[in-house]
Amino acid sequence: MINVYIPGDSAAVSVGADAIAEEIMQRAQLASLDLKIIRNGTRGALWLEPLVEIEVGADRIGYGPVQLADIPSLFDADFLHGGEHTLGIGVVDQLAWLADQDRITYKRVGIIDPLSISDYESHGGLAGIRRALSMEQDDIIAEVTESGLRGRGGAGFPAGIKWKTVYDTASDTKYICCNADEGDSGTFADRILMEADPFTLIEGMAIAAVAVNATLGFIYIRSEYPTAIKQMESAIGIARDYGLLGQSILGSHKIFDIKIRIGAGSYVCGEETAMLESIEGKRGVVRSKPPLPAITGLFGKPTVINNVLTLASVPAILADGAGSYKARGVGRSLGTQIFQLAGNIKKGGIVETGFGITLDQLINDYGGGTLTGNPVKAVQIGGPLGAYFSPKDFEVSMDYESLIAAGGMLGHGGVVVFDSAVNLAVQARFAMEFCAIESCGKCTPCRLGSTRGAETIQKIIDGDNPDFNKRLLLDLCEVMTDGSLCAMGGLTPMPVKSALANFPEDFDQRVEAAK
Amino acid sequence: MTFTTWSKEAALAVLEPIRDEPGPVLVALQNIQAEFGFVPPDAVSVIAEFFNVSRADVHGVLTFYHDLRNSPPLANQIQICVAEACQAVGSRDLEETIKAIHGDQVSDAFCFGNCALGPAVMVNGKLIGRATAEKISQVLA
Repeated sequence: MINVYIPGDSAAVSVGADAIAEEIMQRAQLASLDLKIIRNGTRGALWLEPLVEIEVGADRIGYGPVQLADIPSLFDADFLHGGEHTLGIGVVDQLAWLADQDRITYKRVGIIDPLSISDYESHGGLAGIRRALSMEQDDIIAEVTESGLRGRGGAGFPAGIKWKTVYDTASDTKYICCNADEGDSGTFADRILMEADPFTLIEGMAIAAVAVNATLGFIYIRSEYPTAIKQMESAIGIARDYGLLGQSILGSHKIFDIKIRIGAGSYVCGEETAMLESIEGKRGVVRSKPPLPAITGLFGKPTVINNVLTLASVPAILADGAGSYKARGVGRSLGTQIFQLAGNIKKGGIVETGFGITLDQLINDYGGGTLTGNPVKAVQIGGPLGAYFSPKDFEVSMDYESLIAAGGMLGHGGVVVFDSAVNLAVQARFAMEFCAIESCGKCTPCRLGSTRGAETIQKIIDGDNPDFNKRLLLDLCEVMTDGSLCAMGGLTPMPVKSALANFPEDFDQRVEAAK
Repeated sequence: MTFTTWSKEAALAVLEPIRDEPGPVLVALQNIQAEFGFVPPDAVSVIAEFFNVSRADVHGVLTFYHDLRNSPPLANQIQICVAEACQAVGSRDLEETIKAIHGDQVSDAFCFGNCALGPAVMVNGKLIGRATAEKISQVLA
C-alpha cells in the first residue's frame, strides 16, 4: 500500500488539487497499484500547491506545484516510490521553508488526516484537554495567563485575563464564541487551521469551556469559507461520537457542545460585538462597550470571545506548559505568531514563528520577493485596516508593540505585498470606500466619514485644491479615529494616513480614472 | 442549481427544524434562501409570524447582509475578489475583462481566504486560484 497525500484545502483545490488526485488514482488503478490517497490540509507552503506527497518509509517525499500535464512524467519517474523529478522537493519536513519555522499552533497542519481523531491523538492531540480536566479551573486560567497568549484576532488582549473575567462573573449560563469571521484581505490562517486540523480548535474551545464553566460554544464562520464550514461540521460530529463534546467531556462531569453559525457576507461582523448580534440573528450592528462581552455577552450572558488562532493555541499551552510557549517571542509579544504572506509574493503562505522576526525576513527570506519580480513598493500589514509600509521600514520587528510604535498594527498577522504598479492614493481611497460599504451604520464618523473620505481623496487625486484637501482628510481621519464606536471606523484612517506619510508622491500625481 | 418553488407550506417545512434555535432569524433567512434561491417577499411575514418577531426585525436583517437577496439568482454567479491581496495581483484588471464577457453575472467580493494564490474568483461556489478569464470560462463550460 502506497500512501499519497494530496491536500483537500480550498487553496490547493483552487489550483487543481482535486483533478490531480483523480488523475493519479485513475492511473494507479489502471496499473493495479495499491494506492491510498489521503486528503490532508495544506502545509501552508501555498506556492507549492498542489503539493503531492508520497510516504516512503518514514519520510514524505514531495512534488509540487503539480499540474495535470506533469502526471505522465511523474509516473515515468516512478514518483510513487520517491523517484527523481524536476518538481521534486525531497523530504517535505526538511524543506528549509518549513523546517526553519517554529510550528506550535500549526504543529499538525498539513501532516495529519484532518478528520481522523486517532491521527490527531497520535500527533499530540487531546493531551491539553486531558491535563486541563485534571486541573483546578483557576490553574488552567493561570496557565493561559502565564503563557502570555494574547488575542490573535488583532486586538492582542491577554486571553487569560478575559477568561478570568468570565470565570469570575456569576451566571448559570456562559458561552464560548469562536470568531472565525476572517474577513481581512491577506489572512487565511483561520481557514487553513479549520480545514487542516479542526480538532485543535474544538479542543481549545473545550478547554476554555472547562476553565470558565461554559456549556455551549458557537463558531461563527464566514460564508466565503464553505470548505471550512463543512470540515468543522464533520469534525464536531466526530468529536461528539468520540466523547470530546457532549454530556461528558472525555468521561468527566463537564458538559460542552458546539454549534456553527454561518456569516452572511458582512465584514463588520468580525468585530466581536457585531458578531454577537449576528449570532443572535440580528443585524450585525456593533454594541457600545461597556458592558464588556466577558460580562454581558451573547444573549446577555458572560462570553469568552476568542479568535480561531487564539483558541487553537491553547491545547499546546496546556499540553506543554506555559513556560515552553512564553520562551518564544519578544517583549510582551510572547509565543508564536502565524504570519500569512499574501498578495504579490513569490512564495506565499503560512509562516509560524516566534514574534520578533523582521518584515524583511518574512518578505525576502520566506517570501522570495514579488511574484512579478518587480521591486516591492508597499506592504500592508494587518488587513484592510492596517498600515502601508515602504521598504525603508523593512527592519521593523514583527510584534504587537513594535508595529504600533512604527505607526501600524499586527492585526491578524496578514502581510500583503504590492509591487511597483500600485498607487497608494488609490489604495487609500479604497480603504475609505471599503469602510463605506461595510460600515454597520451605527456611528456617524464611520458611516459618513468613510464616504466623505473617499470623495476627499478623489479630489486630491484630481489635483483639486490638494493642500487644503489633504489637511481636511487628516482632520477627518482624526474624527474617525477618536469618534468611531469600533475598529472599523476607528482604524480605517490607518491605511490612509500611512499611505499619505510613506508615499506622499503618489498623492501628487494624477491617476487614470477609477481603477 | 435547482430550487424549490415558493409556497408557504414549503417555507414552514424549512422553519420547523429550527423552531427552538436561539436567535433564529438570520438562520431562518439563510435556510429559506438555500431552499428557494432567494428570500421571496412573502417569506418576511411567514418568518415573523413563525418566530413571533416583528416584520421590521426580519426586514432589517434581510437588508443588512450582502449574502441575502430578495430576487432570484442569475444563472451563473461569478464573484471576483477585489480586496487588497487580490488587487496586488491584478484583480481590478481581471474584473474589467470578465465584466466585459459575463456582464451582470459578475459581482465583487471581499476575500475568499485565498490571498497567496490570487486573483481569487468563485464561480457558482467553486473557488479558482490564480484566476484568468480562460479558467473562468472553462468552469462555466
